[in-house]
Amino acid sequence: MVGTVEERVKDIVCERLGVNRAVLTRDLSFQHDLGADSLERVELVMALEEQFGLTIPEDQTDRFRTLGEAIDYIERERARP
Amino acid sequence: MKRRVVITGMGTVNPLGTNVGTFWEGLLAGRHGIGPITQFDHSAFKCHFAGEVPGYDPETFLEAPLPRRLDRFAQFGLLAAREAMRDTALERAKVDPFRCGVAIGSGIGGLNELEQQNARYTREQLPRVINIFCIPKMIPNSAAGVVSIEFDLRGPNTVVSTACASANQAIGEALRMIQLDLADVMVAGAAESAITPLGVGGFTQLKALSLRNDNPGAASRPFDRDRDGFVLSEGAGVVVLEEYEHAKKRGAKIYAELLGSASTCDSHHITEPHPEGLGAAKAMELALRDARVDPTDVGYANAHGTSTNKGDIAETQAIKRVFGPHASRLLVSSTKSMTGHLLGASGAIELIAVALSLKHGVVHPTINLDNPDAQCDLDYVPKVAREVRVTRAISNSFGFGGHNCCLVVGSV
Repeated sequence: MVGTVEERVKDIVCERLGVNRAVLTRDLSFQHDLGADSLERVELVMALEEQFGLTIPEDQTDRFRTLGEAIDYIERERARP
Repeated sequence: MKRRVVITGMGTVNPLGTNVGTFWEGLLAGRHGIGPITQFDHSAFKCHFAGEVPGYDPETFLEAPLPRRLDRFAQFGLLAAREAMRDTALERAKVDPFRCGVAIGSGIGGLNELEQQNARYTREQLPRVINIFCIPKMIPNSAAGVVSIEFDLRGPNTVVSTACASANQAIGEALRMIQLDLADVMVAGAAESAITPLGVGGFTQLKALSLRNDNPGAASRPFDRDRDGFVLSEGAGVVVLEEYEHAKKRGAKIYAELLGSASTCDSHHITEPHPEGLGAAKAMELALRDARVDPTDVGYANAHGTSTNKGDIAETQAIKRVFGPHASRLLVSSTKSMTGHLLGASGAIELIAVALSLKHGVVHPTINLDNPDAQCDLDYVPKVAREVRVTRAISNSFGFGGHNCCLVVGSV
């Protein structure tokens, strides 16, 4: 799949949470702004793992509070040698 | 005196269409809804056809994220409930949500999800790849749950899983809830989707399915001497049951009255019907007694009529046992001749057919009945719909496990 990490993360967020792409900004909280319940947040992390070929440890998932945090985390992980 | 219960809304998705209007037109026209299996690669299977919901695409029928959150069977249940709730036009602000309940059954539940997640796990050998929604999607009460959430129905909520008798029995339970004054409104029916490798393969192993691959439209032929099994189908049917005075007070449209129900079990064999249909006959007899309807007042019986060798004969015998000489005057037809067998959901769409028959004075045919079996000698309304005024009707459903459930319906 082509596109920047940010675009690909937004695609998944739109698809999984059923939100309009136009409203997505980096500071939005998955829980408070996008209405994702605890199950949906886990599902989202799993979808990101699959999309980016990552394994995100469970103790790291609480770092994914906002869209921006998720994007940053993935970019950091992908930059690792 | 028992509280009276009427049908004030109806909805369905099934092989004949994705709403009640299309379904009813198809039934009267004698149109079948059977075609090639499109949901999985069936090349290694003996059976290559089924009754799928036509043109179904979860993404166009449901808004995100529901297509991902619900198994296909629950999607069908929700869609049928949406149509039924639109149809009944109950104003939410005017009802107590704790007086409104749900009884939506399923014979099998979320088989699609179960198979998909099992395949994923087997492929990856990693527990962490299992979808977090696996359990909420596959549990057979997920349709009842999501319908409760969408329409704020907080009263009694139950699920019946008695194989192919599920819908009738769920509707019977809903009837009791209202009669016993535990609810005023019950959204009742069943949903099913088992056109999967295990569904098709499993029923094939039981030798239950027709293998008429050269002519799928002629495969479901209840009471015909050349029948060779049922056609596996999918879909859902949901009716809104409502206490009569409650419905009248708000000026609701009333299709028919649900007069009674009864269920029995054959206690004979896990898949085969009792050869003389003793349990089935008793269910009909008890349902008529529950409804206080004399058998000779019944004009129409919507048969379970699945197109299996033993089942059609046993049901014919059971009808004769209950109705005696009146059996020869009774019209008996099989919705499954056109829709195939929606398993747990079949009774719900058949109740919709019965209610519309009473309302419109026409009984749908049994199609593909070219040469009636010598042991099936009732008036099955072959091939062509018949205009006839009927005021009392019954609808039969029987399931693996020996379950028998009969509903009695009357015109209002």
